[in-house]
Amino acid sequence: MDEKDREILAILQNNSRLRPEQIAAMIGVDQAEVEDRVKELEEKRIIIKYHTLINWELAGEEVVSALIEVKVTPQRGSGFDNIAERIYRFPEVKAVYLMSGRYDVSVLIEGKTMKEVALFVAMKLATIENVQSTATHFVLKKYKQEGVILEDKEKDRRLVISP
Amino acid sequence: MIKWTEKLCPQVKNIPPSGIRRFFDLVSEMKGVVSLGVGEPDFITPWHIREACIYSLEKGYTMYTSNWGLIELREEIARHLYDNYQVEYEPRTDVLVTVGVSEGMDLALRAVLAPGDEVLIPEPCYVSYSPCTSLAGGTPIPILTTADNDFRVTAAQIEEKITPKTKALILSYPNNPTGATISREELMEIAKVVKRHDLVVISDEIYDKLTYEGQHTCFSALPAMKNRTILLNGFSKAYAMTGWRLGYACGHPEVISHMTKIHQYTMLCAPVTAQMAALEALQNGTEEMQKMVAEYDRRRKLVLKGFSEIGLTCFEPKGAFYAFPSIRNTGLSSDEFAERLLVEAKVAVVPGSVFGTTGEGHIRCSYAASADNLIEAIERMGKFLNQLSLHRQEACG
Ligand SMILES: Cc1ncc(COP(=O)(O)O)c(C=O)c1O
Repeated sequence: MDEKDREILAILQNNSRLRPEQIAAMIGVDQAEVEDRVKELEEKRIIIKYHTLINWELAGEEVVSALIEVKVTPQRGSGFDNIAERIYRFPEVKAVYLMSGRYDVSVLIEGKTMKEVALFVAMKLATIENVQSTATHFVLKKYKQEGVILEDKEKDRRLVISP
Repeated sequence: MIKWTEKLCPQVKNIPPSGIRRFFDLVSEMKGVVSLGVGEPDFITPWHIREACIYSLEKGYTMYTSNWGLIELREEIARHLYDNYQVEYEPRTDVLVTVGVSEGMDLALRAVLAPGDEVLIPEPCYVSYSPCTSLAGGTPIPILTTADNDFRVTAAQIEEKITPKTKALILSYPNNPTGATISREELMEIAKVVKRHDLVVISDEIYDKLTYEGQHTCFSALPAMKNRTILLNGFSKAYAMTGWRLGYACGHPEVISHMTKIHQYTMLCAPVTAQMAALEALQNGTEEMQKMVAEYDRRRKLVLKGFSEIGLTCFEPKGAFYAFPSIRNTGLSSDEFAERLLVEAKVAVVPGSVFGTTGEGHIRCSYAASADNLIEAIERMGKFLNQLSLHRQEACG
């Protein structure tokens, strides 16, 4: 990792559809170099995936998300890792973080209905061995995700031509 | 019925209408245009600056300030100039907060020009210099810079134009519309001429932070230049604060107090809300500003590469956010080119001729636009150029 790699990552993180030759132009190296660097970053799994941020609500899809605070008894030898794995393997689980503070693991779950999410917590999550307790918080509205304001009111208001 | 034509001031009547206006009207009627015609940042003012302004309103900062501007802001401006360029201005006497560089330029010209005084203006340049000179009773004397010398004015060119009436020289690097910068060595040569002929220098350095290669040299930081330079700068470009209308002028106390005399009767003071925001920008805005600058630099390179791929010759701009490619080999005037590019390819640019005679044969392309828009614009321009050359070949063959 050097300055050029960092620049490539910053550019791709903001817009992963830019082509290698365009990135090459932006950072002043040739296309082959960008391709090599990106390949290496992919191989090292520094670049994990190219994805699209979608506002499903606008698309008319019902998506229910919930943040679950989970208290866990850590295990000798593996700490929280094995329990975390048992949680994150479920496809309904979109994110899992080990937390400092009042609870241990934060779990983001997405489902089609509140009932579906609640059932998942009751049947799957709460019943995992060493899970002491869960507290489910439903997401009511998403304002900002991955650094992007979802309903951005800040349009380009500039005059099309100015001196 | 009042006959306004008889009432209106001839000096104002004599100022030609802005060449940009016509384009603006054309563009306004069209849909789907990608614009490279915008002379302001595409970023919105960083939130911490806006937030500081909102907070200032909540606290009741809605009053006039001193004519000179808030002392805290003037102190911050002086500190900032010292940190960046090691040039020392006394906040109480040498710094005037203005309504943009626009007002600063007007004040500077009005404070120094007597009727008939000549002002040397290297062209192509920002559109206000020459009209403001005329309005202040002076005579604008253009100095023609060209792509051959990367649109930098030379000491020799300046000296050539000097007459007994020459009072002032306007410098503006990094430059709008060309993106040209100038080196310290070249400025030192210019400084010699300035000293020899006892000129006033009005240095518009509004794009100083937007310098991508080399270091920006502040003209008043050159030996013996501080006292004869009126340094103009502002918040519009570096901090994406165009609509706030805030800038400043620095110089010798005598000229600054003269400028303040005009300012106090015409403007009273710059808006306090903008001054509070500017204070926040100077105190805490460097990091976000540098991010914006890094982004402009990437786009600059993207545009240059794109232009070279579609066969547009462009000297390498090293500052501001403009590229100024030549369209001479299309056989079209810059006005015709820009109009046809707009109508046929839906890309808005500004004809170089708007910025002075040597702007003819060029178009100004602003890269204060998203990478996606730049890529789209370059693609459209490429197709347009192909079409043009096909037609030319047919016409010849
Ligand atoms: C070279 C130059 N000077 C001055 C101005 C005006 O700046 P302000 O917004 O501070 O009045 C501009 C704006 O485009 C400019 O390009």
